Amino acid sequence: METLAQLHDRALDAVRHAKETQELDDLRVRFLGKKGEITAQLKGLGALSAEERPAAGAKINEVKTAVADAIAARKAELEEAALSQRLAEEKVDVTQPGRRQGKGGLHPVTQTLRRMESFFTAIGYDVAVGPEIEDDYHNFEALNIPSHHPARAMHDTFYFDATTLLRTHTSPVQVRTMEAGEPPFRVICPGRVYRCDSDLTHTPMFHQMEGLMIDTDVSFADLKGTVEEFLRVFFEKELAVRFRPSYFPFTEPSAEVDIECVMCRGQGCRVCSHTGWLEVMGCGMVHPNVLAASNIDSTTYKGFAFGMGVERLAMLRYGVNDLRLFFENDLKFLRQFN
Amino acid sequence: MKISEQWLREWVNPDLSAQALMDQITMAGLEVDGAEPVAEAFSGVIVAHITACEPHPNADKLQVCRVDTGTESVQIVCGAPNARAGIKVALAQVGAVLPGNFKIKKAKLRDVESQGMLCSEKELGLSDDHDGILELADSAPVGQDVRKLLNLDDLSIEIDLTPNRADCLSIAGLAREVAVLNDLTQTAPAIEPIAATHQDTFPVSLEDPVGCPRYVGRVLNNVNVAAPSPLWMVERLRRSGIRSIDPVVDVTNYVMLELGQPMHGFDLDRLKEGITVRRAQDQETLELLDGQTLTLGNDVLMIADAAGPLAMAGVMGGEQSGVSRETRRVFLESAFFAPIEIAGKARGFGLHTDASHRFERGVDPALQEIAVERATRLLVDICGAEPGPTQIHEVKANVPVPATIALRADYVKSALGLEIAGEEIRRILAGLGFAVQETAAGEWQVVAPSWRFDMAIEADLVEEIARIYGYNRLPVTQPKAALGPRGKPEQRVTTAAIADRLAALGYQEAITYSFVEPALQQAMFPKEAAIELANPISADMAVMRVSLWPGLARALTHNLKRQQDRVRLFETGLRFRETSKGTEQIAMVSGIATGSRLPEAWYENGEALDFFDVKGDVEQVLSLVKGVEFDFLPGRHTALHPGQSARIERNGKLVGYIGALHPSLARQLDIKQPTFLFELRLDRIVKTQLPAFTALSRYPGSTRDLAVVVDEETPVADLMNSVREMAGEDLESLTLFDIYRGKGIDSQRKSVALGLTWQNPSRTLTDEEVNSLMDSIINTLQTRFDAALRN
Repeated sequence: METLAQLHDRALDAVRHAKETQELDDLRVRFLGKKGEITAQLKGLGALSAEERPAAGAKINEVKTAVADAIAARKAELEEAALSQRLAEEKVDVTQPGRRQGKGGLHPVTQTLRRMESFFTAIGYDVAVGPEIEDDYHNFEALNIPSHHPARAMHDTFYFDATTLLRTHTSPVQVRTMEAGEPPFRVICPGRVYRCDSDLTHTPMFHQMEGLMIDTDVSFADLKGTVEEFLRVFFEKELAVRFRPSYFPFTEPSAEVDIECVMCRGQGCRVCSHTGWLEVMGCGMVHPNVLAASNIDSTTYKGFAFGMGVERLAMLRYGVNDLRLFFENDLKFLRQFN
Repeated sequence: MKISEQWLREWVNPDLSAQALMDQITMAGLEVDGAEPVAEAFSGVIVAHITACEPHPNADKLQVCRVDTGTESVQIVCGAPNARAGIKVALAQVGAVLPGNFKIKKAKLRDVESQGMLCSEKELGLSDDHDGILELADSAPVGQDVRKLLNLDDLSIEIDLTPNRADCLSIAGLAREVAVLNDLTQTAPAIEPIAATHQDTFPVSLEDPVGCPRYVGRVLNNVNVAAPSPLWMVERLRRSGIRSIDPVVDVTNYVMLELGQPMHGFDLDRLKEGITVRRAQDQETLELLDGQTLTLGNDVLMIADAAGPLAMAGVMGGEQSGVSRETRRVFLESAFFAPIEIAGKARGFGLHTDASHRFERGVDPALQEIAVERATRLLVDICGAEPGPTQIHEVKANVPVPATIALRADYVKSALGLEIAGEEIRRILAGLGFAVQETAAGEWQVVAPSWRFDMAIEADLVEEIARIYGYNRLPVTQPKAALGPRGKPEQRVTTAAIADRLAALGYQEAITYSFVEPALQQAMFPKEAAIELANPISADMAVMRVSLWPGLARALTHNLKRQQDRVRLFETGLRFRETSKGTEQIAMVSGIATGSRLPEAWYENGEALDFFDVKGDVEQVLSLVKGVEFDFLPGRHTALHPGQSARIERNGKLVGYIGALHPSLARQLDIKQPTFLFELRLDRIVKTQLPAFTALSRYPGSTRDLAVVVDEETPVADLMNSVREMAGEDLESLTLFDIYRGKGIDSQRKSVALGLTWQNPSRTLTDEEVNSLMDSIINTLQTRFDAALRN
């Protein structure tokens, strides 16, 4: 007949050879269950004397514990192995590209406009938009450009009829803003504008962003401060800026603003026609006639206005060398800005 | 305007390099556009004197000249017809280097030795004139370097003047600016009145004194038109971009450049009775100097005589009355024409002349006599002209009066943000020709000079002060303003948010022209009358877009032609339509998509996108508008496939369209793959709602699936709306999780599988409640849609 020691060895051997957790469960039942082989040994204790019984019981319990521990240990081993195997099986090539929709993006003109807008809205400017098919009054007359003014020749205007046209600048939006509200004003007017001109450096449509500040105490020095600060923030560089007297019928005094060429840092290159300077915007103090046309008292209020070409700034910022690319909508161009 | 640097320096000569001078002019608001040397580089060319000329023994067209160089006499073979004994010429000596690095060596021409070359203007790079050799003035010192003699180390400076600065369209005007900028006085040549040598005059009548209030004339007799214009004058004209014609034309041009007064010389013998300055009669014609004949209208001011039109006032003279080789007597015209009368007239006829350029911007009304005296002096000297008395015809009331403007130091300070000393203000304005009179401390009465047409208000004076003081010396400050809060309404969907979402969905933003090709637009939108441009830049940009689709379609084909077969574009912008209420300009967001559903990749099977991909994208955009249901209704659109197009509505109002590009348009555009379009009116998706919180239910939800078989024609949206209607207020979600057609289902029918979830905020719903809701849903679907439950 099998001894307890033999039973112990046989049980541990079976546990050691178990290959799956289910098998271990079966072994637990077989050896340790209510009708298990080791449990059955306990039933044999009744045949022993009262003196022998405790020692024999303790031995059986030792075996029982040893087998239970072995089962638990083997189970942990098997689970560990199973996890390792699963991990090995579930390995992926992490260098494979991710699964996704194609990449879209915003047009560089939009991106540039947003940068410009964020500067001005941060210092309290509102954004205003207006119609692109405009009337002669808002595009010219209200801006101190009467019908025979030579400045009209500076604007190659697209007409629909004698009094309807495509706006040549976003200044009419400034006029409409002044007409609709009460000073003070701080507003920028971004949008499409149109000039009947097309060559290497002109497209018949482009974008402008004009700005207007009207208040009781605004000077040319403030205009200089605003413009210089904008250019510094926009280009994220300390650039030389100069103000050159110029002429716009709607401002007096008027100025063109040049910046140190961002391509050559003012050394002279093809982009700046070897002058070291780039013209980036026009500006000036709002002409009293313009204020009067919008019923603003020019003895109380003064203001400045400025306007710049968005494509021009985008070209300088991103190094684009051909204006026309902005309107060809070639994906190979547009995606460079995503 | 082009001017010679040396000419300017003759009037005022600051101690500045050419570059510094040009920078200074630019920074005063007279923008220098560029500068070119007036002659190409050459060396070794001197003034020489031809002492004798003999025919070449072996060549008919050549001559053998003896030429005195001042140090020796050399023999030169020359082919120029004008080479002759007695004249002074430009001799390129042996060793000279001419433009183009052309080296002069000793040579034999048909066996006769030549020790150099006599040069034409072209050979010296002065002009294209190659008719003969350059003849120098008799006074030119033999042996002098020709570069020095002709002052060729000079720049031709191009100045791009703004339209308000007509006063600087002359050497005199520029010199005035340079003088005040450098605090110098001008050294202008003195212009003295020339006494009349006879009393001949010619009648002038000012019939339109508004257009022409001043007309100064002078009769010049015995004008020798054959006399050559002096080389110095020809050179100065050339450096200003004006070709020499004859001495009368040259002198009038010279005086225009020098003083700013455009002038005209008539052949007096061709004038009849007298000059009248008047409006043209309708259909009156005039043959201009440039040969073209214009038909004039009543809006055109003209110079006429008894026989008819002579010249278009302030623009161009006529062919018949101009100075010619036969001219002996000249009538000089030096007039003032009102800018508003001349403005736009030249442009109206496609003309642009030096005269019209100046008159329409404003010529000094006090300049006419001075210009006549100056021109007379020159014509007397050059052509031996005999002047009559200077005739001044004037209607004083119509001559512009210079503005008188009150100027306050306080205003200057507040406008510029800097106090400028009163003495400096006075110096600047006086230097520019303003009469300045102090009326009180820090207050002046300022009278503008007659040549300034751009002075009317105090701000104009401020600009003058700032300009001369230097814009860049003015302070830089940040504006002070009230920190007014700027709210951003949360119940508005911004265009930026829509653009960002489309970009995230794989769409690339495009910007297309607002004017499009009429044919394509007409094909896409045959019912919309597009607004036409009166002066389009080209035929394919002739009408305003009625939709963003034509532009996007073109952008798409542009890319398809460049090996991009997966294209997704969107654009935001206005579309333009003429309606009964007038021009309608509505902001849209539109898109176009074609190609595979996903970019080519290892996980993708090349499946082309379909209607529902693009609808999904549009739904993603519309989901920015919270708390609103948009309806996609089967719709027809001329640009879309009739079976794959939908109107998008919000509460019955049209929001936009979505659909497949109509196959016939696709063929026309040469697009061979399914292409989808959408457009949404931004004004109809701008309003959204604030998120409204509802308490979370702590009770479990009940779910049921429902599969019904309905006719193919039954829109699932209708089916789902009925389900929602019957499902009660506890319905939390309704999803369409399957649509099945095929085996087990009648053809013309489809199976639609829906998932429903109910949840009540305050209790657990019983099975009986949910089952009863399901029963009423099924009953309704059976009644309304002939729906059959599918097992």
